[in-house]
Order: sequence, then C-alpha cells, then structure tokens
Amino acid sequence: MGTLNIVNKSPFEKRTLDQCLKRIGEGDSVLLIEDASVSAVLGTASAELLLNASKQSKLYVLGPDLQARGFADATLLDSIESVDYEGFVNLVVTHDRVHSWL
Amino acid sequence: MEDDENQGGEIKKFLYVNRRQPHGTVYALESLETVLIGAAFDQDVSMLFIDDGVYQLKKEQSPDVMEFKNFSKTYKALEMYDVEKVFVERESLEERGLGVDDLLIDVEVIASADVKALVDQNDVILSF
Amino acid sequence: MKLAVLVNEGPYQHQASDSAFQFVTAALAAGHDVMRVFFYHDGVNNGTRLTTPPQDDRHIQKRWTSLATDNKVDLVLCVAACQRRGLVDDGEAKRNAKDATNIAEGFRISGLGQLVEAAVEADRLVTFGD
Repeated sequence: MGTLNIVNKSPFEKRTLDQCLKRIGEGDSVLLIEDASVSAVLGTASAELLLNASKQSKLYVLGPDLQARGFADATLLDSIESVDYEGFVNLVVTHDRVHSWL
Repeated sequence: MEDDENQGGEIKKFLYVNRRQPHGTVYALESLETVLIGAAFDQDVSMLFIDDGVYQLKKEQSPDVMEFKNFSKTYKALEMYDVEKVFVERESLEERGLGVDDLLIDVEVIASADVKALVDQNDVILSF
Repeated sequence: MKLAVLVNEGPYQHQASDSAFQFVTAALAAGHDVMRVFFYHDGVNNGTRLTTPPQDDRHIQKRWTSLATDNKVDLVLCVAACQRRGLVDDGEAKRNAKDATNIAEGFRISGLGQLVEAAVEADRLVTFGD
C-alpha cells in the first residue's frame, strides 16, 4: 500500500513537511518523527496543512517523540494517529516503500 | 530476467531523491557515490532532483575555490554508468530562477504533480 | 520480513542514531529479520569503541554492539566515510599505516556496495538522518 513518508523536521523551522505533502497522494502515509512530531498537536499553525493532507493520506505521529517533548497528554489533530515504535515497524511493513524526507 | 549478475538475481528499481545543495553538506557527493557503486549491481536506477537538489546540476560550479572536490563533472559521466533516467522538477527550477539551460546535463523535466507517479514506480527510495 | 536500516548521523549530535536503534529493537521484538544496519556519512562515528559518555547518559556504541552480539545484526561502516573520519580496524590500519584502531566489537568496515546489496536483498530499507 503506497509509500510511507517519514518527516523529521519541525515545520516551524524547515519546509520539509510542506515539500513532502505537496508531492504525495492517494494511498500514501506520513509519519511525523523527531522534531516533526510537535506539528501533530492541536492548535499550531501547521494544522491546516495537515488537515488538507489528511483528505488523501493517512497521518501518524511517533508517540515517544511527543512524550519526550512534553506532549504526552496533548490533544492531537483529529486526523492524526499516534503510534509507538511497534506501530512504526508495522507501518514500514504494510507500505510498499519508505521515503525518508531528510 | 536476462540480467542476473547480482547475488539474488533480482532487479529492483532504485530512485535516488536529491533535495540538497552540493557543497554546504556532504550528502550530494555521497549520494552520487552510491549511484555509481549501485550501477555495478545492475539495478534499474533513476535520479530525481527536487527542491535545493536542482543546484547540484548547475553549470559552471567551481568548488575548487573552497578546495572542495569538483564532483559536478561526474554527473556528465552518469550515462556511461547506464544511469539515463534523470528527472528534474519544473517547480523547483522555477522557484530558484533556473531553467534547463542552466543545467550541466540533459534531463527530463517533470511537474511536481508527477513526482508521486515516479516514486510509485520504484522499489527503493534513497535520499540522504 | 527482511529489513535494512541506513544511519546517516553520528551519536549524541542528532536523534537519528537513537531513532534507528529504537526502530531496530522494535523490529526484532516483532520477529522481523534486520539483516543489516549501514552507517554512512557521520553515522560511522557510531562505531568507535573509544567513547566515554557520562554515566547518566546512554552508551550508544554499546547498545549497537549488543544488537550485533545478541541478535546477529550486521553493523557495517562505510569504508570511505571511515577513512575520512578516522575510524580504523586492523585491515585499515595495515593498509593506511595507522598506529591504532578504534572500531568497536560487532561493527565491520566495508564498501558502499553493502548498502546497495542490503537495499536489494531486504524487503524494506528505512533511512534515519538529519
């Protein structure tokens, strides 16, 4: 099933998330890890960007990275599912290829 | 398949996605080195230049002023390694005020909207 | 499923090496075969045995080494990246007339072909970097 796109940069520092989202589509997924994880939290300026992307793609965030950054109990955007490392491995296995947007 | 020199005899489609400038970090040089090594494995190789990656193909680079290796010449040798599918995204060029005349080699220009289809055709995406 | 991992950044500087370690650990726990971790660019610095992190910090090299010894994960450092950064094993010390080695147990130095081979043989390749 499609491509698992991994983004690890904060959208408030780099344009990587935007650059990824505009080039993916139906069947693709996005996993936000490391410094990108904070964009999954409700109420940030990247909400609209992610909401638009969620119409075509499945969005995930790596929970441990959110926890590490003080957002363990934060409300996430509706369209984003939190996964742990086991879930990360599952996403890799269930997609046809992995594209890390470094 | 007739071409089975690699161990498993399997042919995979590799897409190298280049998104960074050539001299500020080492990634562009080392991506190119991987492409050349990979060519010896008889895999199906494509290269895609998007975002700042398009600067890797800019003509008239003189990194020797910084005592850097001038690897931009190596892009011209890609054809000899049977790497013939080189794609550049139009929007990335335009955003940077560049056109195909500014590039070192002949490339196939594709639209941003076509990137997904290219990615979908490949088995392995390598981006450094 | 057969998985391969690429690590592009060194230890302690960037989260990439930690993320890769956590990913590999979870993949092994789920019963997958992690056939190789390839360290490229500054990533080769994960393989020196001469680091002494503070006692209250994780020991990144030892964590990798234990994956190799306990789970037979093949840890490969890119030879060209090693030569540029001073990662040396016995063979490299002889070849380039160096007076010391610093490679940690469980790691080996080899060519970029090992990355391409891993990408060919594995079902999925996952890259961690900056």
